Amino acid sequence: MSDRVFVAMSGGVDSALAAALLCERGEEVVGVWMRLTPGGTSSDAPRCCGTDEAGEDARRAAAHLGIPFYALDYAEVFGREVVDRFVRSYAAGETPNPCVACNGYVKFEALLGDVTRKFGASRLATGHYARVATDPSGRRRLLRARDANKDQSYALYMLGQRELASLELPIGELADKGETRTLAARFGLPNAAKAESMDICFIGGDYREFVRERAPEAFVAGPIERADGRVIGAHAGVGGLTVGQRAGVGVATGERLYVLRLEPERGVAVVGRKDEIAARTYALRDVSFTADTPPGPIFPADAVLRYRGTPLAAEVRMSMDRSTAVLQLAAAALVAPGQAAVLYRDDEVIGGGVVDRALAD
Amino acid sequence: MRRVYLDHAATTPVDPEVAEFMAQVLTEVPGNPSSIYAEGRQARALVDRSREEVAAAIGAEPAEIVFTSGGTEADNLALRGVLKAREGEADGIVTTAIEHHAVLDTAHDLEAHGQARVTVLAVDRDGRVSPDAVRAAIDDRTALVSVMHGNNEIGTLQPIAAIGTLCREAGVTFHSDAVQTVGALEIDVRVLPVDLLSVNAHKFYGPKGVGALYVRTGTRIATVQTGGGQEKGRRTGTENVAGVVGLGAAMRIAVARRAAESARQGVLRDRLIAGIASRIPDATLTGHPIERLPNNASFCFRGTQGEALVVSLDLEGFSVSSGSACTSGSTDPSHVLLALGLERDLAQGSLRLTIGRDTTTADIDRLLDALPPIVARLRTASGAAVPA
Repeated sequence: MSDRVFVAMSGGVDSALAAALLCERGEEVVGVWMRLTPGGTSSDAPRCCGTDEAGEDARRAAAHLGIPFYALDYAEVFGREVVDRFVRSYAAGETPNPCVACNGYVKFEALLGDVTRKFGASRLATGHYARVATDPSGRRRLLRARDANKDQSYALYMLGQRELASLELPIGELADKGETRTLAARFGLPNAAKAESMDICFIGGDYREFVRERAPEAFVAGPIERADGRVIGAHAGVGGLTVGQRAGVGVATGERLYVLRLEPERGVAVVGRKDEIAARTYALRDVSFTADTPPGPIFPADAVLRYRGTPLAAEVRMSMDRSTAVLQLAAAALVAPGQAAVLYRDDEVIGGGVVDRALAD
Repeated sequence: MRRVYLDHAATTPVDPEVAEFMAQVLTEVPGNPSSIYAEGRQARALVDRSREEVAAAIGAEPAEIVFTSGGTEADNLALRGVLKAREGEADGIVTTAIEHHAVLDTAHDLEAHGQARVTVLAVDRDGRVSPDAVRAAIDDRTALVSVMHGNNEIGTLQPIAAIGTLCREAGVTFHSDAVQTVGALEIDVRVLPVDLLSVNAHKFYGPKGVGALYVRTGTRIATVQTGGGQEKGRRTGTENVAGVVGLGAAMRIAVARRAAESARQGVLRDRLIAGIASRIPDATLTGHPIERLPNNASFCFRGTQGEALVVSLDLEGFSVSSGSACTSGSTDPSHVLLALGLERDLAQGSLRLTIGRDTTTADIDRLLDALPPIVARLRTASGAAVPA
């Protein structure tokens, strides 16, 4: 096994800077870019890092650094594990997090697997803002980035010891955005001025249209109900709704109403006022831990329930099979099923899972 | 670490003598060959000389050589030019499933625009098309038969003399893409019954971006681009003087070295094929075992991916390809390998090694040492069960 480090280059400045920092450290660096959409379909999704344009940006950055660069095709796994899951999730009344799915299935399963097994390298680096620390015992710990404003550790919670041992996150140590800019300029990176991507990368316009085309069955009109079962209006389909969004009803009564839950099997959206939010217990599925095992059968943690969300005090109760758990929040909060619940202790990610459903207290 | 370049079917390094000559032309010959004054005459003389060199190399007359921007343009001119010249009287194109995209995609483009009927002939497991199949496909409205001489991916040589003969009997124009062969095998159009032949300089140590189409006197072909009327109106546009000069010089050198060099490369190719067959279990040689280009060794390794083979070998210092350089970057199996009847899984694991003038026995042996562990690693990674 060689000591080369492969860098997943998206075409953006963060991953280019990660590659530059590794080069500066004297590492033998290889740039790879992942094609995530079939060739020629890029114009639909201008911000996607997996399109031809982004690949060209990544190639230019690698050429600037003088490192080998390969465009590798992951369109099939991306379509299956990210896009299809995204559509199925919305159709089932959930609110998916495609970045989490992309990291879990594409970057740290497919790509990392190829880097270590096919290409015989020991390490993969990415441009994520997070840090990996090593205990004296050799255990790896996943920590928030130094710059809390840029922190992306939320989207990396699925990593275990095997992945963390192979992972380099060079830019997680940077102090702030200013340092990123300064360094990118110092290395003369060609994409230093490129805008950050924020939207769902593989969708050019409205995600609802995207889902509707692929899952028309989730766009059958249905009733909007209050918690007591009263029908107060109609919606165009659960596939276009998200738990927590303002509901476009109730204007007549002057109430601010929010989608409290979706019941796709009945085709019903249940709405209510903020003060009707009572849920504080949620079932989690696909639970994993950065240490590979939970800290205990029942343990306290700070739960972050959406990207850049506020940590909420919580208690986690593991199930016997360790792949599901019950998350009990200290205070009621509205959480959309499908979102990742990421468990922190101070700055350390200890694990997380996908919110499956609200449970009765 | 000295790199080992084994992708001469993709391109070849420019011969130093060719490069020197071209540099001299670029710096010392400013004229446009169409100008009537001294600088123009000087440039014209160089283009003429190059045309004579290219013609002499294949037994043609200088007036039968049309300079183009390369093999793709030569193929486009052959197909589009013949179909255009025969518009209203003949519209059939007969070609094969293993042609270069420059031919296949051009034929399909003409078909999509209602300008041609296209018959794509199957090939056998070795990649050979049968002359009988060509004969059977020709009808009274066939305008053109296009069958490549040597395949760029698998190296299989086609029986173009037999196909040309039957085309002549049927009164059908015959085009052959000889981009891979003209630097390696003797081609004499005085005995080979071919009407149109595509040539590309950078496949025989000339510059990229220049090629030629041989057009036998009397062949009906129209121009496909319009302008100032250069190349007797068949390929208009100011001549790429330095490129054309490079093509002529490269052709002259290639012909002079061809017999000895092809024999030498054939020995290396056989060493490579035998070495891979003996060191790697379940290695499938693709292309014809005997009727193949002297520099081509192409294989499929079950349980591997061509892309991963190329990346892994690059990181070890070897430049190779998985099929055609033009389609690298796509992981779909090559149309050529699928046309041989290989299953997709097997076709996915393709590797093309093509030898050149600078390749040594030591280079071959280094590759033979480096490749088996890479194939084994990829097979392990994909969980492929391979007989030991």
